[in-house]
Amino acid sequence: MAFSLGQQDETVKNMAVIEHHEAVPGEICLSEASARDFFELLKPRVMSLVVFTALAGLVVAPGAINPVLGFIAILCIAVGAGASGALNMWYDADIDAVMSRTAKRPIPAGRVRPEEALAFGLTLSVFSVVILGLAVNWLSAGLLAFTIFFYAVVYTMWLKRSTPQNIVIGGAAGAFPPMIGWACVTGGVSIESVVLFLITFLWTPAHFWALALFKMRDYGAVGVPMLPNVAGEWTTKVQILVYAVLTAAIAVVPTFLGFASLGYGLFAAALGVGFVWYSLGVLLMPEGDRAMVPAKKLFAFSILYLFAIFSGLMADHMIAAFGWVS
Amino acid sequence: METVNLTENQKKSRRGRNVALAVVLLALVVLFYVITLVKFSGGMAG
Repeated sequence: MAFSLGQQDETVKNMAVIEHHEAVPGEICLSEASARDFFELLKPRVMSLVVFTALAGLVVAPGAINPVLGFIAILCIAVGAGASGALNMWYDADIDAVMSRTAKRPIPAGRVRPEEALAFGLTLSVFSVVILGLAVNWLSAGLLAFTIFFYAVVYTMWLKRSTPQNIVIGGAAGAFPPMIGWACVTGGVSIESVVLFLITFLWTPAHFWALALFKMRDYGAVGVPMLPNVAGEWTTKVQILVYAVLTAAIAVVPTFLGFASLGYGLFAAALGVGFVWYSLGVLLMPEGDRAMVPAKKLFAFSILYLFAIFSGLMADHMIAAFGWVS
Repeated sequence: METVNLTENQKKSRRGRNVALAVVLLALVVLFYVITLVKFSGGMAG
């Protein structure tokens, strides 16, 4: 090819369009997105929580599933959760670009184009649901499809920007995985799986509002109506405490329903006391405290809490199943 | 004829995406093979 140096510079400039990815009509857009950028669209950290809670549902459910199919089920649930994360990042790219916590995500940073993220999210959604249906059962596939729809459409497109109760209702999307795991084994939905759903569902507001308290200005800047910005710090702190108490209460219900032991019940109760204690710390935090250390502590503890509760449920079930303690 | 010269970064990222896609496609083939085996063996056992 016989380009002059000047022409070549011009071509290179034109090809490196991703830095200014608003393409001019007719211009050729070539992506510089790496495989890692696409992986980042899946929100791997959220995915790890989903995988863990789905696994808990799978393990705790009565009956058995072929281990290979169990692995495929968890893989499909993880990919489905990741797909909804990609769809969320596609829709929220405008506000992600403004908030410090999310400005470096692949779309606002200009590494992945919005239409690439949309296609990626839709493709993974279809594949994860269909494979789960073919390999395991269609009820769990239907629940997975509903979860993706709920997160991407009901939460991201509708609730998030319109009501301060966004994460209360939207939290359902994050709470479905253990129910899907349960449905993979049993082929149904029962009161026990609803309790597993409620643990994450009631935990979400306290977890997210703790974050919203110390990221309040970020959310305010982009006009997302998080509770602290709309109803004020005090109301948020009270509601955090209320949801922490409800979470602590529902977490011991598996013992009362007979699908977890007394040992688990005591463990969950102790963790619940910790959760309420940290929430009380937030309630007593002085108004206008900028450091918000108690809110940061509650946020960190809430993640540990959920992992511990579902770990406890799985350990309890395994101990009972394998008779490690007589 | 109008041709396109890719920058080094574009070539590198395209190679990376191609490798990732190949791995995913291969994984899908293995996945469907394994699902078939498990389903068939379950059916025969039943």
